[in-house]
Amino acid sequence: MSVDLAPARSASTFQLQLRRFRQNRLAMVSVVVLALIVALCFLGPYAFPFTGEDADFDFISAPAELTWPHLFGTDDFGRDLLVRVLEGGQVSLTIGFLGALVAGVIGVLYGAIAGYVGGRTDGVMMRLVEILYGFPYVILVILLSILLGGGTLALFAAIVFTLWLTPAVIVRAQAQSLAQREFVQAARAGGMTGPAIVLQHIVPNCMSTVLVYGSLLVPEVILSESFLSFLGIGIKEPQASWGNLIQAGTSAMDTDLRLLLLPGGLLAVVLLCLNFIADGLRDAFDPNDR
Amino acid sequence: MTLLEVRNLDVGYKVPGGSLLSGPRVLPIVHDVSFTLEPGRTLGVVGESGCGKSTLGRALLRLIEPTAGQVLWQGQDMATIPNLRQRRSEMQIIFQDPVAALDPCMTLARIVSRPLATFEPGLSRREARERAVEALRLVGLSADFADRYPHELSGGQAQRVGIARALVGKPKLIICDEPVSALDVSIQAQVINLLMDLQEKMGLALVFISHNLAVVRHISHDLMVMCLGRVVEHAPRSPFYARPLHPYSQALMQAVPEPDPRREKGRIGTALPGELPSVLNPPPGCVFASRCPKAADLCRSTRPELREVAPGRLAACHFTDAP
Repeated sequence: MSVDLAPARSASTFQLQLRRFRQNRLAMVSVVVLALIVALCFLGPYAFPFTGEDADFDFISAPAELTWPHLFGTDDFGRDLLVRVLEGGQVSLTIGFLGALVAGVIGVLYGAIAGYVGGRTDGVMMRLVEILYGFPYVILVILLSILLGGGTLALFAAIVFTLWLTPAVIVRAQAQSLAQREFVQAARAGGMTGPAIVLQHIVPNCMSTVLVYGSLLVPEVILSESFLSFLGIGIKEPQASWGNLIQAGTSAMDTDLRLLLLPGGLLAVVLLCLNFIADGLRDAFDPNDR
Repeated sequence: MTLLEVRNLDVGYKVPGGSLLSGPRVLPIVHDVSFTLEPGRTLGVVGESGCGKSTLGRALLRLIEPTAGQVLWQGQDMATIPNLRQRRSEMQIIFQDPVAALDPCMTLARIVSRPLATFEPGLSRREARERAVEALRLVGLSADFADRYPHELSGGQAQRVGIARALVGKPKLIICDEPVSALDVSIQAQVINLLMDLQEKMGLALVFISHNLAVVRHISHDLMVMCLGRVVEHAPRSPFYARPLHPYSQALMQAVPEPDPRREKGRIGTALPGELPSVLNPPPGCVFASRCPKAADLCRSTRPELREVAPGRLAACHFTDAP
């Protein structure tokens, strides 16, 4: 594989970093694998004449024999395992990416404002974050589920509610140092308002850090979703998610391992891919590591 | 009309108070500075590091709120100017670290045209870009720099971009905060000559802040020497360089390196003895007394006022007489 090392004219630091990322083979393979899994989860179920919630009473607890239509067999209720895993993947991946995105956006804005404004505002905002850090996570989720009547929304809210804190702290530290930089003073001398400075100067300059942290946030959210669903607090039957599929798989572990291996294996592959991508991003974006 | 008039300006930074409940304390940096600046003139502000010259420069533009005193912009008090944000196009600043003064995420065209979004909101994106390219050309950078990013520039080029950004809104005053001290000596001369050309072309007034008397000599019409936040001498250029009146100015003058090594040899040992007093606990007398070779008891107990010792020449020293 030949790599063009000559830098093209005028690439921003960000573009250079992306180029560095593309040269990381492991990370690029992970991106492809992850994209395949995402495509499979969202398109795959259409290939089958039934959904994951339809029970097929002719095939209850069918084994994985790779025969049509139940390639990986069915569960105790005659529901197709592969389709359930793919549909569960839709839920898990959506919550993972959307949760990381929402938590990231809230955290970045909160942190950027606190860091840029500084002083007493910063103090109050960060104390609030510290107080929220103190809440036990699981109890918070249970409380929110009761408050919001359970289901996907409560789970999502609870995950976002706990996970926006860390990006806020990270960005705040960076915004603080950026706010002292001379280009921010130049922007003020150029008549820019505070909100414009935060959005146009502070946030873009925090982006590389946020991207690295965000890529670690996605697996974290997927894991929390699985963990909470595993505990029975999150996604409820008959709706599938990787968490509750794994939970169903573990209870049948002694007799039938495939119920655990298929969702568990897929989750493991996705998490590995995301971690490799995060690693690649960190290598490409973090100047200290080079 | 006088462009800028400063009356008894005090500037300080807020530092956290001793306890949670007590309000922030103010750490005073600049004391009682007054001067006027006419259009098209350059005032050189000189002093060692930590003397408050950069703080003064930022306070003139109200990037830092002064704690007392007034800054009059064309006769109007800056504190009460309505929509100061729009008026900022008339007063700009360029910085010491030219690369840190440019946002690494933006192309040069965006950096330079960005202030126009505030100053001339009616401008289309294309017109703003054209103005930016024009400003870049004015500082000697060709149009193909427009789409580059700051990390591709040398220090001298970056400083030119900083100047272009200051120029784009057609200012009347530019505060130059040590604009050349981070540059190579050969580039310093280029940037200073560029500033002087622009001053001539556009009738700019400059406040040129530096710790280097040799650099200031070239560009300034008047000089103001600061020590520990106070003005100790204020004079027109030629008489000042012929003979500085304040002992502190004389010490600064001796600190300018001598290019001739044979003459340089004889100067060794002229470094100032004594300690720089703490800003937190300023001495009651003259700010320079602890290091002044001529200091007497009077200097340590009573602060000398800035007084006119000769026509047009102000100095704050008990023992300075007319030249």
